[in-house]
Formats: sequence, structure tokens, C-alpha cells
Amino acid sequence: MEKLNFKLKAPNAAGGTRAQAIVGVVASGNLEVLLERVLPGDDCTVDIATAAHGFGAVWQAVVGDFVARRAAGSLRISINDGGARPDMVALRLAQGVRLIEEPEA
Amino acid sequence: MLAIKGIYAPYGIRRLNHGIGFNTAAIELLLPTYGEKLGLKGKVCTHFALNPHPTLIPTIEAGWVEQVHCFGSEVGMEDYVAARSDVFFTGPDGSLRSNRAFCQTAGLYACDMFIGSTLQIDLHGHSSAMTMNRIVGVGGAPNMGSDPRGRRHPREPWLKAGAEADPTSSAALRRGRKLVVQIGETFGEGNVPLFVEQLDAVELADKLGLELAPVMIYGDDVSHIVTEEGIANLLLCRDLDEREHAIRGVAGYTEIGRARDGKMVERLRERGVIRRPEDLGIDPLDADRRLLAARSIKDLMLASGGLYRPPSRFRDW
Repeated sequence: MEKLNFKLKAPNAAGGTRAQAIVGVVASGNLEVLLERVLPGDDCTVDIATAAHGFGAVWQAVVGDFVARRAAGSLRISINDGGARPDMVALRLAQGVRLIEEPEA
Repeated sequence: MLAIKGIYAPYGIRRLNHGIGFNTAAIELLLPTYGEKLGLKGKVCTHFALNPHPTLIPTIEAGWVEQVHCFGSEVGMEDYVAARSDVFFTGPDGSLRSNRAFCQTAGLYACDMFIGSTLQIDLHGHSSAMTMNRIVGVGGAPNMGSDPRGRRHPREPWLKAGAEADPTSSAALRRGRKLVVQIGETFGEGNVPLFVEQLDAVELADKLGLELAPVMIYGDDVSHIVTEEGIANLLLCRDLDEREHAIRGVAGYTEIGRARDGKMVERLRERGVIRRPEDLGIDPLDADRRLLAARSIKDLMLASGGLYRPPSRFRDW
């Protein structure tokens, strides 16, 4: 298990009011993403526990694009990864910030 | 969803040919759900040059399809085809009348678009399904995935694509363009990247002493490349550098994608050469299996009213 942490400045604050959201599942080629609205406005942290070693540079690129393109400010994001491909990671992150915008179900 | 909202809808693609594979099967299964939501019924996908794919059943049953002309048949579809002789070409006994030669001609000169998958795409947009450890047949793709240059009856998508590729010529003298779309995920099975510096086909040709590399579709015939990162409209590229960056700009986190010039990609995006899911208003929460009109072979069988008889290897009941 490899652990990675990123602290980023996010230009766009997360929408909505929901305190947290969770998307995905821990499975082969998939991942679970927990988003919690606990940080100041433009901060975003991403903590990753992954089964696949040696992909730090790709994670950094995926997470960097994510905070630039989506509304990720004020979120602490925790990821449990089962060796998902970067496209799946980007999709789950995008789904996470969409879900936290939604009114509580 | 990207293909439907970003290509089928704006061009109004009514006559088309789908390649074989999961991506185009997914499009077929999204038409009666996602396509319906976008109000596209009757406006796109009314005529297919296509084998009687079982994945077409929900779309046909939802009343989208006026006509399907087939290259050949599909096992288990005999009774369904006979029952839907209003859509398929059949003989007096209800059996399918497929015609490979006619269908190829329709694909070349009657279709607005070909869309299919591939295994490798290079920076010129050339694509090949041959890799060093996988030599396969490519069916009709080299023909269907080409833009034939003969004169044809004009249709809206053909004219629109022609205008995008050559905005300065006089409209009355301008040649249209058939849309040739390559669709795929940036990483395929076993994390193999879709985008490469050089096609394996080139090395293969070298090794086998072939005069021509086994390219499936030539880059200058390709109009669009669709990946999960977005759509690259190659018709709007004015030089090779733009073309290369339009391709890099949808190549995701492959090495090709990561070697992009971010500023150049942003400029292409501002011009609409690259369009991302968020530019098209596609909600990532919609990317869910629940949006597929059928999620199993059994669902397809049920959608056909029991007329589709899947071969036993596809049955789990």
C-alpha cells in the first residue's frame, strides 16, 4: 500500500452545502472517494491510499487538473484506490464534487 | 454521451455506420435513454448501415430507427429480424436479405458518419488495430472509415463538416466531408495507452517487409477523436501542429497526453477544436450503468419480446 498526500490551492470553492459525499467503491480498477467540506475556502487536500505503487507523478497530474477544472475548494478528499486507471480517477473526482453540490437526499 | 451530445446532435447524424466494440454498443444502448432525454428521437440515427446488432433492439423498439441495411447477419437475431421487416430488409419468408456490396456502397456514399474504435492512434490521427502481439482483421473499417471523394447528394452533416474543414471556399464549389470518428478510452485493457508516438503497424510492416503499414484509418480521413477527456474536432485544425495538439488534448494521462502544451490546448478549446464534457454540459453523475437501456444479454432478449435468441455461450440463465 502506497500513501500519497497533496495540498493544493483550488481557485473554485465547492458548490452546495452538503457536509460530505462519497462515490465509487474499492474494487479492482475502481476507487472510493470521500469528500468532506472541512477546510477554508480555497484549500483542498487529497490523501490517497493505493494498491498500485510508483504512480505518484500521474496522481499529481490528475489531482492538479482536477482542482484547476472543477470546484474543489474547501474539500478534504480521501481516496481508497484499487488500481483504477487515471480516467476512472478523474471521473470519480468529478462525480464527487457534483454530488456534494446536490441537496441532501 | 460525449459522442451523442457533441457529434450526433449538432451535425444531425441520421444515416450512419457503427463499428464493432463496446463504445459503439454503449451508444446504441444510450440512444433510448440519454438520447431521448436530449430530445433527439427522429433527429438522429434513423438509418443504419449495420449488422443486426442485438444492442440495437431497445432503440428499434423505442421507435427511433426507420431502416437498417445489413452487411451480414448476427446469430440469434433471425426471429427478431423477421418480426421487424418494417425496419430490416427481408425476403418473403422473413429471412434477412443482407448485401455486403450494397452496404459498403451505402457506407461510403449514403452515410453521414462512421464511428468506431481502434487500438492505437498516432499524432497524425492515423489509427491501427494491429499491435506487435495482436494481428487481427479489421472488417469494413478501412472502407467505412474513409471519406470517399466522389460527388454525392448533399446532406446537412456532409456540408457542415465540409464548411468546417474549408471555411474560405465558395459554398457552391466546396466538397463536403463525411464524418469519420474514432472513439476510445485513453487507456485500454491492461493499461495499454490508446495514443502512441508511432503505430506498431509501422514496425510490423518493416518486420514483415510489407509495402504498406496495416493502417486501419488514415489520419486525413478522421474528422473527430472522442475519449473520456473530450472531443477533438480535427476538421477545425489549420496545420499539423494544431492537429497534433488537438490529439494530445484529448489523450488524457497517456505519455502523449501529458506531453501537451497546456496553453496551446486551452487556445484550441476556446476555438471549440477541443470540447470537454463540462463544455458540453455533460453531468459526470450521468456516467452510470443505470443509463444503459439494457445491462445484460437477458435484458436484450426481454426487450425483443423473446424473439432474440442469444447463443448459449451468452446465456447465464
